[in-house]
Amino acid sequence: MTFWQVTLQLLEGFKVTILLFIMTLVSALPLGLIFAFGSRAKFKPLSYLTRGFVYVVRGTPLLLQLMIVIYLPGIAFSAPITKWAVFGGNVSYALFFGALFAFVINYACYFSEIYRGGIDSISRGQYEACAVLGMTKKQTFFKVILLQVIKRILAPVGNETITLVKDTALVRVVAVAEILFFANEILSLKMMIWPLFYTGVFYLIFNSILTWLFNKFEKKLNYFWS
Amino acid sequence: MLEVKNIYKSFGNTEVLKGINFTLNKGEVLAIIGSSGSGKTTLLRCLNFLELPDKGEIIHNGEKLFDAQNNKKITDEQIRQKRLHFGLVFQNFNLFPQYNVFDNICLAPKMLAKQSPDYNRDKVLINEKIEKKANELLARVGLTEKKNAYSCELSGGQQQRVAIARALAQNPDILCFDEPTSALDPELTGEVLRVIKGLKSFNSTMIVVTHEMDFAKSVADKIIFMADGIIEVEGTPTEVFGCTNNEKIKAFLSNQLIDI
Repeated sequence: MTFWQVTLQLLEGFKVTILLFIMTLVSALPLGLIFAFGSRAKFKPLSYLTRGFVYVVRGTPLLLQLMIVIYLPGIAFSAPITKWAVFGGNVSYALFFGALFAFVINYACYFSEIYRGGIDSISRGQYEACAVLGMTKKQTFFKVILLQVIKRILAPVGNETITLVKDTALVRVVAVAEILFFANEILSLKMMIWPLFYTGVFYLIFNSILTWLFNKFEKKLNYFWS
Repeated sequence: MLEVKNIYKSFGNTEVLKGINFTLNKGEVLAIIGSSGSGKTTLLRCLNFLELPDKGEIIHNGEKLFDAQNNKKITDEQIRQKRLHFGLVFQNFNLFPQYNVFDNICLAPKMLAKQSPDYNRDKVLINEKIEKKANELLARVGLTEKKNAYSCELSGGQQQRVAIARALAQNPDILCFDEPTSALDPELTGEVLRVIKGLKSFNSTMIVVTHEMDFAKSVADKIIFMADGIIEVEGTPTEVFGCTNNEKIKAFLSNQLIDI
């Protein structure tokens, strides 16, 4: 295999990596906000339930959660995820969406804690200023509080996002064909070890782009202090 | 115009307000003075429904805005409506940092306008009206040239003047000030106090909690001196500052004069 062939092959896998990354991010970011509202809810049972859930998810390995989502339906309910009608018998779809589900839940929990900290850090005065001006709670949150929260949580969210890129490598253990999976195939079929290390370059380049984007966003929000 | 009856408020076991009664007529300026912890700020916060009194009534233009006996039934939306009668200027300004001066002033009126039934028909007209008013208010507080500045680019005095304009933009019947100059450097208090004084000529009804005795004396029609959650002395500036038969106000006023 030439260098070019290896590159193309790895890119094939990296497409899955990026797809998993993007789909996790766009789902987990808003879901995390819902979890954050849940754990801040005045209705105590909801708050305890959400906090308990987040506690369990954050306290156990993502790898384990991944295995539970993929294998538990088959073991416990004799309904293997690969046989679910929604995936139309396509095994790789089933595995991908199973993995995606585990990732979304896991990251939403982390994001929710970041949001919660960010929301709690906004001074009461901002809420009170909105209140005395007759704004509704919804307007207060979306028009005044949210952007200040975003500014404050940008750095930790950036951190999580970069961790997510690397965490996608975990799905290899449940046979989702992402970049490392392909590198491993090349290793076992062609006895070539360097493609495995070469995958690092893909991650590095992608994370550089993300870092650049986050820095840009951070600069964009530098026009105000909060 | 405003009638406050027998207001009580406790936080936990601490009773902060112990039966406050006063009335205020349209166009009058009421100054509330007293030492820290006397309940001045809590009283103001009760008027703005940031705190709900445990006991008592707040009556505005004959309408019972608040009655502690019916407190349980009050919804967030009802409170929001009632708040619109009052404006509040905070000690630490609480401007919205992500909006410039102009948008700070326009934000809430535009939000409010969206709820009016003919908003969709007269959208442009309504927004133009709000912006025109914002420009007038900016001129009134002398900050027209800072229209596009953000709060981080303004001095404390300028921020407080924006906060005043922002509060006025909602056309409150009664504008409250919670120690509006306490967070300011001494050389900046003047510009804020002059703006507040200037509002008097627009016949604004105002309640000012303040530690600036000279200001209270010159701007207020009526002064309330509070101590330990009750009104100790109440009257015109001359009456209150000339009061000799109350030990608490004598002690308070003489403390104001201490030079270090």
